[in-house]
Amino acid sequence: MQDKKRVSQKNKYSIKNITKGSGFSAFSSALLAIALGLIFGFVIMLFANPGSAFKGFNYILTGGLSRFGNVLYFATPILMTGLAVGFAFRMGLFNIGASGQYTMGMFFALYVGFMWDLPTGIHWIVAILAGMLGGMIWGFIPGIFKALLNVNEVITSIMFNYIGMYFVDMWIRSNSTMYISTMSRTNYVPLSAQIPSLGVEGSNVNFGIIFAVILGIVLYIVLEKTTFGYELKATGFNKHAADYAGMKGKRNIVLTMIIAGGLAGLGGAFLILSPSGIAGSSMTYEPVNIIAANGFNGIAVALLGNSHPIGIIFSSFFISHIQRGGSLANLVGYKPEIIDVVIAVIIYFSAFAMIMNAALGRFIRKYITHKEVEVPVIEPDASEEIKKEAE
Amino acid sequence: MDTIYYLIQNMLPVAIPLLLVALGGMFSERSGVINIALEGIMLFGAFFGALFVYLVQDSSMGPQTILLLGMIVAAVSGIIYSLMLSFAAVTMKADQTITGTSLNMLIPAAILLFSKMYFNSDGITTSKSFYIRKMPVLGDIPIIGEMFFQKTYLTVLIGLLFLVAAVIIFYKTKFGLRLRACGEHPQAADSVGINVYVMRYAGVSLSGLLGGIGGFFYAVGVMDGNVNGHTGVAGFGFLALAVMIFGQWKPIRILFAALFFAFLRTLAYSVSLIPFLDNLGIDQTYYKMLPYVATMVVLAFTSKKSRAPKAEGIPYDKSQR
Repeated sequence: MQDKKRVSQKNKYSIKNITKGSGFSAFSSALLAIALGLIFGFVIMLFANPGSAFKGFNYILTGGLSRFGNVLYFATPILMTGLAVGFAFRMGLFNIGASGQYTMGMFFALYVGFMWDLPTGIHWIVAILAGMLGGMIWGFIPGIFKALLNVNEVITSIMFNYIGMYFVDMWIRSNSTMYISTMSRTNYVPLSAQIPSLGVEGSNVNFGIIFAVILGIVLYIVLEKTTFGYELKATGFNKHAADYAGMKGKRNIVLTMIIAGGLAGLGGAFLILSPSGIAGSSMTYEPVNIIAANGFNGIAVALLGNSHPIGIIFSSFFISHIQRGGSLANLVGYKPEIIDVVIAVIIYFSAFAMIMNAALGRFIRKYITHKEVEVPVIEPDASEEIKKEAE
Repeated sequence: MDTIYYLIQNMLPVAIPLLLVALGGMFSERSGVINIALEGIMLFGAFFGALFVYLVQDSSMGPQTILLLGMIVAAVSGIIYSLMLSFAAVTMKADQTITGTSLNMLIPAAILLFSKMYFNSDGITTSKSFYIRKMPVLGDIPIIGEMFFQKTYLTVLIGLLFLVAAVIIFYKTKFGLRLRACGEHPQAADSVGINVYVMRYAGVSLSGLLGGIGGFFYAVGVMDGNVNGHTGVAGFGFLALAVMIFGQWKPIRILFAALFFAFLRTLAYSVSLIPFLDNLGIDQTYYKMLPYVATMVVLAFTSKKSRAPKAEGIPYDKSQR
């Protein structure tokens, strides 16, 4: 009798696990949010120009497939900013300042790329590390404001997005080596400072994406397998409980923001040190006093990936994919901004997709408990079957 | 003296959008909803206000009539946009910061999309001038007249009227008291029969109204009646949040905070006209950073004893009472 009770309790747990478990609900709510975002985008396209809406939508969905190399290439910076946002989010910090950290990292990488004279093999590595340092500094500031002065990190990061952007634009404009004033953009980064290309025909994809994916996996290990990761998540779940358990909340806040900043800074370095399609040229930056969009896209990537490093890797590929598709939709008269609209709507829905999803989950749970009445004793192994059924 | 006149005349049209939007944020946050979407709401209101101006600018209406009608359009569109926030944050109990961020991202993209497809530009450019060289009667008062009623916009007067209205609603009505209760202790408010959801919807909608008008006034008083998807409202929504925090969620303090920030910004953009600052030879970019840096300094000093509404950011769940 006791045994039976134990089993049924375990079973109860497992049913809860199916519908409330992070894997199932995160994945299905991400899909729900994406579907709603795409539908919204399609409706807008219908309003804007009904004639070619289907054609344009088709470009958005499948256009990226033909340019897979570039999808990976453009996924690199948003993967990094996505990790920066997601990592801080696990601790309960909303790092909206990824833009500023990204811009700062980009500048540091550019500075080393242009101003330091290093041997060919090392130059680009040092430039990347410099980018990381730049981002770290810009992540440290909101962290220290939060930890010591209790200033909300959202406001701090927004302010430092602007401050960082103004700084970088000023520094670049006043440096004649970096800046070509006649073209109002930066010069091409010297060859020795460019990240080696992966050599995929017709695309700019380079080693940056490989580093980014590796970093995502490393972050996963840090979060799931280390004490620091555990403390971080514990603080994210319940700050007071974590404090009570003796975790150093303030130190962890600063550390998290430094790491998040470093990740975003790496994103900036990966982007600006990329060789572009034309030999010898590279990506450039235009100092026009606009906050970098890649930082905000990182928020979308992180939310879509449920702040899980592996999820973020895939969601960055997805966002980059529809972005490429969006630029192709230009062929039938749609502006690429349609994708920004879609991304914003996806974030909007992903903020409460979990709740919509929970309603869906309740429905499934009802269905299962109903079945349970007919078969009262369920073997522990059966939970796996139910899981399959539910999915 | 001319410099002081100049600074005040230029400061007020900048201060009014900040004041209105910060008041909007105050209504929303005192009801318990963090409204980080103020930037998006401003831009939404500014866009529709400017669109209205664009559509009627060739008619025979006087500029000030158009301004008032545009204000109403902006207010209505602001409310509509803020409903998206209240739906997500109040009804769906979503994370308020994330929802606000998405609403901030949606509008610039939508404006760029729309303007590029229909106007072939990055925004709306209107040809109507709302500038008032000198107001009748009031403008003739010595000193004060020149400071406040010459070379200005009607927005300044309207904005001050809104401030008075906000103070009265906030402190002198039943509604204001209930609203504040919902931001401090929604469970207690609910227990005495106040519908927390309705009050929060009302708070966010008021912020939508004020945010939309503030955005339109920004377009009128700062951008000369134009709206651009790229620059948007240049972080004014976020600055307004800082103004609100600096003002400790209280209307009159918010007024002074808004004036302070507007003064810094005006100073930043008129450095070349003030001989003393111009002679210092500091890069103008530093002055442009000034409002943001000042925000940080101010917050660093005030956040420790912050009087933020206790229940802000926490979705109200009736079942957890």
